[in-house]
Amino acid sequence: MDKNNNKAWLYLLPAMVFLGVFMVYPLFDVVIYSLEEGYNFASQTYFGIGKYNYSYVLRDPYFLQALKNTFILVIITVPLSTAIALLISVGLNSITKLKDFFQTVFFLPYVTNTLAVGLVFMILFKKTPYSDGFVNLLITACGGTAVDFIDGPYWAKMFVMCFYTVWVVLPFKILILTSALASVNPDYYKAARVDGTSKLRIFTRITLPMISPMIFYLVITGFIGAFKAYSDVVAIFGTDLNAAGMNTIVGYVYDMLYGNSGGYPSFAAAAALILFAIVLTITCINLLISGKNNI
Amino acid sequence: MKIVLQNLTKRYPNRNKKIKEDVIAVNNFNFEIPDGKLIGLLGPSGCGKSTTLNMICGLEKPTSGKIFFGDDDVTDLPPENRGVGMVFQSYALYPHLTVLQNIMFPMENLKGKDKMTKEAMRAKAEEAARMVQIDQLLERKPSELSGGQQQRVAIARALVKVPRVLLLDEPLSNLDARLRLQTREEIRRIQKETGVTTVFVTHDQEEAMSISDLIVVMEAGVVQQIDKPQQVYEDPINLFVAKFLGTPPINVFEGEVKDGKVYIGGRALLNVVPEADWEEGDTDAADGVALKDGPVTVGIRPEGFDPEPNGELHCGLTAVEVMGRDTSIVATHASAANGSIRTIVDTEELKYVSGDTVNFRIKPSRIYLFDTATGARVRCKFSPLQ
Repeated sequence: MDKNNNKAWLYLLPAMVFLGVFMVYPLFDVVIYSLEEGYNFASQTYFGIGKYNYSYVLRDPYFLQALKNTFILVIITVPLSTAIALLISVGLNSITKLKDFFQTVFFLPYVTNTLAVGLVFMILFKKTPYSDGFVNLLITACGGTAVDFIDGPYWAKMFVMCFYTVWVVLPFKILILTSALASVNPDYYKAARVDGTSKLRIFTRITLPMISPMIFYLVITGFIGAFKAYSDVVAIFGTDLNAAGMNTIVGYVYDMLYGNSGGYPSFAAAAALILFAIVLTITCINLLISGKNNI
Repeated sequence: MKIVLQNLTKRYPNRNKKIKEDVIAVNNFNFEIPDGKLIGLLGPSGCGKSTTLNMICGLEKPTSGKIFFGDDDVTDLPPENRGVGMVFQSYALYPHLTVLQNIMFPMENLKGKDKMTKEAMRAKAEEAARMVQIDQLLERKPSELSGGQQQRVAIARALVKVPRVLLLDEPLSNLDARLRLQTREEIRRIQKETGVTTVFVTHDQEEAMSISDLIVVMEAGVVQQIDKPQQVYEDPINLFVAKFLGTPPINVFEGEVKDGKVYIGGRALLNVVPEADWEEGDTDAADGVALKDGPVTVGIRPEGFDPEPNGELHCGLTAVEVMGRDTSIVATHASAANGSIRTIVDTEELKYVSGDTVNFRIKPSRIYLFDTATGARVRCKFSPLQ
């Protein structure tokens, strides 16, 4: 038994070394960074230990702006993208013709590079000396006034951001939901048909509860993904996010480390831990809610 | 409610698109199911029995032919307007609903003047639950029930709207052997109590024979025989039916009819009684193939063998197996379809069995002749050789 135990530890060693070096140690290091006040990267010195980094970050208007942006993004895109994905999946599941074709079309964004997609969105929304962007062409054609979506008002920029995020996360959600829908035993639907259940009632009373574990999974991963939004914002609004007023929490962390205001690893660590706390709280709440509805 | 199936046919396009010809799942099914009876649709998998059930239910539309419930033509009605209750092979109980909610589900769909109050629904659901004896389990989820209990919930759900016809798709296939025995009695009891015309599908001949009033044997979409269970066993219409019913299965030999005698392996077994000498009440020979001299397929039920020292059928002895009350002799014969035969004999007769060989005398009532080419029954009577 003892010998076996030693063997087991030996087999676990490679994984544990890598996890320790690249996961556990950095995690603790971030916590330590976040508590070291006035830490200087070059001289590796600090003045003392305390909560100053946190209080600074929480009062920094750029961070508060990033926090607000991130929350708006999360609250709008997670429910919206899940609902749209559900709608499309149900549609896909009920057609027989061209099903594979549409599935491929809906999955395309997933295999497309973020920056390439950003470029497409620029063409759609950005004002250039030559054109107002495709969307503005449509708006003016319908009698509206052109809006600068990239450098214009806050709500317009937020709209582009949310639109982009929803569009980018759809393929994965559609993929998960179509497979969840396909795995529901068709006997349930047959039984419901024999009982004369209306289509709407079949959907709300049978389909939804049956695939609810997958929906909760998508909501949780959706929350986490949206809280970590960064590359998408850069793809549309460029790297100077604070100036555009479109920064996110991860963007703020990056700026604190490497951006124009860079060189403040302690502030970055504090901001990252605040994000971690938020994500953890929301995930716990989600799990509590989904736990109650367990089958 | 009697069910009339009129020239019922179902064709599917072939899955292999290169083959233009349709697959015929059910071919020209004609039958009138009498009111209040329990009917077993029996056949190997893929014989069209489930398709037939689905067409009666309304889940599938027949390609041609008509279905009547009583005098109503229901061929084009959707399932919910037919008044059928269906129990699926997987039971299809909604896992997120309790037993009570599952049973109430069909009633909650009622609209307009049929709409029921919550209390009325609950009362009816409880009544249905009592009928199948699960009234203690109403608050449980299906996952907390045993297979047999789930089966009862499914039956209660099918019965709660008082259907005109109850349909059961392989109702016992997901249960273990002991529960199967118990549940089939239960189905019989519930059917007797409610008097609802019931059709059930099974591939298990024992199941069909034990509880059905009538069984319908199907193969490859074609109805082979419809009759009382014992009648189908004792008077099979062709070789397929004879082989499909009975455990252990019927023993098949290549034989010959010559000079009014049946031969297997060159030895005469029995005399064939000429039709002129049949007694009144014997099955008419007209519906079988006429007997003539030549090769013939001989089927002998396992219980049709009597070991006797001077029996006519000489076999090599492989083993004597005693299982509970059954004693069977496994033997070999060169003319048997797969080289070996299995018989069920009285334990007392074992005294004649010793050494490497065993001789059997064949009981005239347990031997059947079939046309070698078509498998159709050749009806005739036999008498022992003198």
